[in-house]
Parts: sequence; C-alpha cells; structure tokens
Amino acid sequence: MTVPRFWREIPQRYNLIGSKCGSCGTVDFPPRTICPHCRRKSIGKMEDIKLSGKGEIVSYSIVREAPEGFEIQVPYAMALIKLDDGPTLTAQIVDCELEEVKIGARVEAVFRRIQEESKSGVIYYGYKFQLAMPQVK
Amino acid sequence: MRDVAVIGVGMTKFGELWEQSLRDLITEAGMKAIADANLSGSDIDGAYVGTMSAGKFVGQEHIAPLVVDMAGLSNTHIPAVRVEAGDASGSVAFREAYLAVASGAHELVIAGGVEKMTDVSSSQMVNIQSTSCDQEWEAFFGASMSSLYGMMARAHMHRYGTTREQLAAVAVKNHANGVLNPNARFKFPIKPEDVLKAGMVADPLTTYDCAPASDGAAAVILCSMERARKFTDKPIRIAASVQASDTIALHDRRDICTMDSVVLAAKKAYAQAGITAEKVNLAEVHDAYTIGEIMAIEDLGFAEKGKGGIAAASGETALTGRIPINTSGGMKARGHPLGATGIAQIIEIVDQLKGRAGGRQVKDAKFGLAQSVGGTGATAVVNILEGGL
Repeated sequence: MTVPRFWREIPQRYNLIGSKCGSCGTVDFPPRTICPHCRRKSIGKMEDIKLSGKGEIVSYSIVREAPEGFEIQVPYAMALIKLDDGPTLTAQIVDCELEEVKIGARVEAVFRRIQEESKSGVIYYGYKFQLAMPQVK
Repeated sequence: MRDVAVIGVGMTKFGELWEQSLRDLITEAGMKAIADANLSGSDIDGAYVGTMSAGKFVGQEHIAPLVVDMAGLSNTHIPAVRVEAGDASGSVAFREAYLAVASGAHELVIAGGVEKMTDVSSSQMVNIQSTSCDQEWEAFFGASMSSLYGMMARAHMHRYGTTREQLAAVAVKNHANGVLNPNARFKFPIKPEDVLKAGMVADPLTTYDCAPASDGAAAVILCSMERARKFTDKPIRIAASVQASDTIALHDRRDICTMDSVVLAAKKAYAQAGITAEKVNLAEVHDAYTIGEIMAIEDLGFAEKGKGGIAAASGETALTGRIPINTSGGMKARGHPLGATGIAQIIEIVDQLKGRAGGRQVKDAKFGLAQSVGGTGATAVVNILEGGL
C-alpha cells in the first residue's frame, strides 16, 4: 500500500468517522458518497458523523493461517461488530483470552497498530476492539 | 433471445501441476473442448476467459488474446474477452458467452477458465484469495477469506444449531465423490475425524473444510440450439443463466447466514427455466468452504433454511441421495483453481446429463444446476442445464 492511499483513509480509521444520510438518517461506516436507500436523493446530503465505537460481536473467527504482514500475530480473533450507531464493521478483538471472544459480547474500539511495517516503510494504525468493562451500577 | 446449447467440453486434471504453465493449462482444456465438439477451431468467432488473479499469481494480465494466440487462432482475429468476478470468474465468463450467442451477436463461442495458483507462497496465497473481499475495510484489518467464511459458519452454528460434525459430513461426502472423478485432485476417501482433527485454519474451519488452491483449466463450446445438432446428437440446453450481486463486504450484508445474491439468482433461474428446485436432479455448488455448501443448498431451495447441515449429514446430498450435490467431488476434492471452477462445474453437469459420468453417474438426470460464488457472496451465478433433448 502506498503512503497516499493510507493517508486518505486515516480520518475514518483513526477516528471512526462514518456518514449519515441527510434524507433518511441511515448511518454508514465506512462512509459512503451515496446512501443505498435514498440514492439520488442523498446526493449532497451526506454528513460526517463520529461513531461511539461501542457495539456487540455478531460473529467471529480465530485466524491461524494469516495473510502476509499478519503472520506474527497468529492466532488472533477477527469479528463482525455491530455498532450501537447502526453499521457493522470487521475488526480484531484484542487484550483478552481467545476463549473470551463470544457472540453477543459487548466491545469497544481502541486505537492500535494494525500492521508492523509495509513495503513503503509505513506503520499502519487503526481501530481494534476490546471487551467492554462491565458497567458498575 | 434464442436457445443456446453446450456442444463440447474439456478440462485438465486439477492439482499441483508444477510442469504446466497457465498457458499450457488453458490450451489443453480448450483443445479438448474443440475436439469434443468436433470442430476445427477456426469456426469459433468469440472467446471468453475467466481468471481471477493471473496478474498476481503469475504476473500475466491481458490473458484473453494470449489464450487465443496459444490455441493457434491468432490469425482468426476473433474478439477475446477476459472476465473477472473473484472465484465466480469462470461462471460469469460462461454467462457472457451464453449472452453473446443468445443475442445473436456470435455464432460459436468458447468459454474457458484458468488459474495457475501454486507458483506463490502460502501467505501470498492467503492475500491473493482475499483480494475478492473488501481490501480497505476487511483485509486491511487482518481478515482472510477463510476467517470470513469462519464467521458465517460460527453464526450458522449459533443460530441454527449446525454442528461441527455436519460441516465435516460435507467434506467426507465430497471426497467420496472425488474418488470417482479421474480429473479430481483428491481421489481418496476421508473420515469425519480426519476433518475434525485437522489443523485449524480459521475457527471453526479446519484444513479439511477448505477447498485446496490448485492449478487447472476448463473450457466449453456454445452455439445456438438450432445449430447444435450438426455437431452432436446430445446437445445440452442452457435452460437458465442468471447472475446477481451484493455488497462487497460481508459486514454490510442483510444477513450472514443467507447469501441474498444466491437466493435471488436461483429464484430468477428457476423462473427462466420454468421449473422448481424439486425438478433439479443434481447440482454443483460453491463449497470453497464446507459452510458454503450448507448455505448453498438452503439458498437454492434444496433444504429449508437452517436445515442444510442436517441434509448433509443424513446422506440426502450424497450420490445416491435425494439431491446429489457436488458429484464431481466439488471444489473440496476436485480442487479449486479459482477462475476454472465455474467452467468445471458446467462440465460436470454436461457429463452427467449426457450419461458419461462413469462411476459417479446420476441415473436419468434431466436438469442439473451449477451455482458459483465470488468472494463471500458479492457475485453469485446460477446456471441450469437441460439434457435428454
């Protein structure tokens, strides 16, 4: 991946910036230029929205045969996370035993290093998720 | 639109074919198809080639004219089109060829598929396979193709009670069929415990839940139904050819236990063919991962949603079962050279409908269905073929 390519994706990856359709209110992450529900009506009405980063695990898998650049991280948990704000995204679950990763578990976003070093010498950062602390009542 | 027939088929063995290059493979498959159709080759007026990632696997793009050139047809100057749709590339190439003939734009067309996968390292392989997922929002974060199917499997188990043993039953059944297929990569039977005890790739999927990356090529020849009898007394009619799409990323789907693209393509294909799922005598489905076959038989209407695992484990989908699935051995045992797979599925259906499938012959088959998926379901193709005409 080249430096400019990563650079332009930084706002979403560092700050979980999604989009909100000004017509129907649907929130998307990653941000979309056109709302899939309103299509043409949404043009010019898509706004940036900062997401809470809190959500729930929809499903998960433990990666043991890794893609290039992730070999030293295995085994690691990849999950689909449904955010409280609406959209679902794909991210790693970290800072816990793999056995603790469960469907339905509450999670929250943390800022982490994603890949150690790329061909361009850049270290990529972005979001991962960790199990949410139990709420004290 | 006019009726279109398949009049000839040809494929290489699938496997680790270290002696053969990409061009060797597709030339062999194409020559066999031309011979099977009793053509000279110079009658062909169009070529479609499905390949997912020749550029990444062997550094070669611009595959279509290369293939025509290697087949000795460069002086015919026919149009040659490369088609890419992830691991559904072959099926989409087949459909493009079908549309070209059905519309009347072309008379005699060859549709091929090829992938030369074993020249790269295993981690490069994982990367290239995942290029049909969302690179920026799935693969960037470490998701492999197998982990995305692993998530589908986990969700299916959680929601419907599908078991690890039911997933294993798919691999066991497909290996049993592969034993009977001379072109299959794996021609040995396996036991459920082989699947369960194999190394984990992406929980809950083990090595034996995953179709093997392989080298191979396949090709078929299409012409109008009207003209087909000049070449063969057993033309196979393309009763339906339907393609559908969905979001590129799994996380944007309506539901990860159903592929809406497959459901829609199947519904339209049954309508085009004028039949229901009950009329289908056998099917080749996308078993890149065992959970893929379970979801496919549900989404195609061969089993109720959530009961695909039970159908697989009860023998309903075995060679002698109610609806034989993946009689070729499927991608699991026949091998999965990405771009070639969709065409190989068509060839299995054609051979079955012509009654030349040898030890794995399904009796009196009239309708056969081939279902193919690109990535995690962003592309789906359903083709229905009819024999006995």
